[in-house]
Amino acid sequence: MGFDPASPEVLEITANDKWIAIHPIVLSMVAALGSKVAPENIHCQPLEAKSRHYLVRMGLFRTLGIPSDISIVEHEPAGRFIPVTRVRTSDELTRFMTEMIPLLHLEPGQARTIGYIISELARNVIEHAEAEQGALLCAQYYKKSNSIRIGIADTGVGIKATINRAHPAETDLDAIRLALWPGITGATAREGGTEQNAGAGLFFIKSIASVNRDFFVIYSGRGLYKLLKKPASSRPHLKADPFDDRHSKEGELPFWQGTAVGADITLDQTAEFSSLLDAIGNTYRAAVRERVKARYKRPRFI
Amino acid sequence: MKISIFDKAGAFAENKDVARDIRALEILPALEKGEEVVLDFDRVDAATQSFIHALISDVIRKHGGSALDRLAFKSCNDTVKKIISIVADYMQDGLGPPSGGSR
Repeated sequence: MGFDPASPEVLEITANDKWIAIHPIVLSMVAALGSKVAPENIHCQPLEAKSRHYLVRMGLFRTLGIPSDISIVEHEPAGRFIPVTRVRTSDELTRFMTEMIPLLHLEPGQARTIGYIISELARNVIEHAEAEQGALLCAQYYKKSNSIRIGIADTGVGIKATINRAHPAETDLDAIRLALWPGITGATAREGGTEQNAGAGLFFIKSIASVNRDFFVIYSGRGLYKLLKKPASSRPHLKADPFDDRHSKEGELPFWQGTAVGADITLDQTAEFSSLLDAIGNTYRAAVRERVKARYKRPRFI
Repeated sequence: MKISIFDKAGAFAENKDVARDIRALEILPALEKGEEVVLDFDRVDAATQSFIHALISDVIRKHGGSALDRLAFKSCNDTVKKIISIVADYMQDGLGPPSGGSR
């Protein structure tokens, strides 16, 4: 996937003629870009790939408000996906959680994990992104890997602007690093956060992905952080600093005005949420204590 | 005072606006009147950290760790218990050592 932000008033969608394999984060990003463009300025090349119906099933053209002549073969009546959906308010999100998560047909424990991730990500957008168009999100079940892939994107102020309200971050990547750190929020520099924000949401999500050896990516401005899948043999260990995790990063990508997040959650190795919380709690407490200790006054020995 | 979280936030407690209203309109006024508050999580299957933070962090910040002497959490499953414990711990860690009085 690539995108060129040079002409934000026009959206041109192109795809490979032979195949289309799109992670939900990309669908969400296309939908988010399109949400700021008048439908008459959105152009999609005729799609030739056999898998083109996927874009229709996921509701991309409906969300963009443009017609499509691709017919769908309804081979899986209920499907196991959440089509591209826009969420703007807290109540819309609660409704979404009640009505849409069941479309993924998950076991209760799995639904809890997926619901947790979607709720925290979407609330970040609603509360911090200042995105007029809200959060654009979708999810898809992949039978071969027995995983749920989630994508959520917005065209708001981006992580750097949000974090900089309380913490200095020179680059988009610095800001992403801080946003993933437990207890760091753009809402305040105060330890423990504000009454509404703790700065823990993204850390929890990255931790869920890390413990399950899953994929997690976050893109904002020119920065991108990708948590790499860990080999099955390695012992999962949570880190407060996301740069201590096995990861890759980019700092000079085409500028994404806003934030986009993608996560793959493999269902058959999803750790019991309850035991995962033990590890998250320990890492979180250690990180808070370290930060508090770093601010202690030191005795002056003269 | 007993507050049913399920009645207000459903089986998956994630709406922070609801948590804020419970905190500001029910928990804090009750504690300030010296009452005990029981948060009943019966039928609540899961809660996000953000929800629990919005529900109790400001209570701990305003009243110190001693707020937990007058605030009880009823019928929590293991997951909810752990999230409540994480929030209670990091809030008290952030406050520094107990001073013996309310903050």
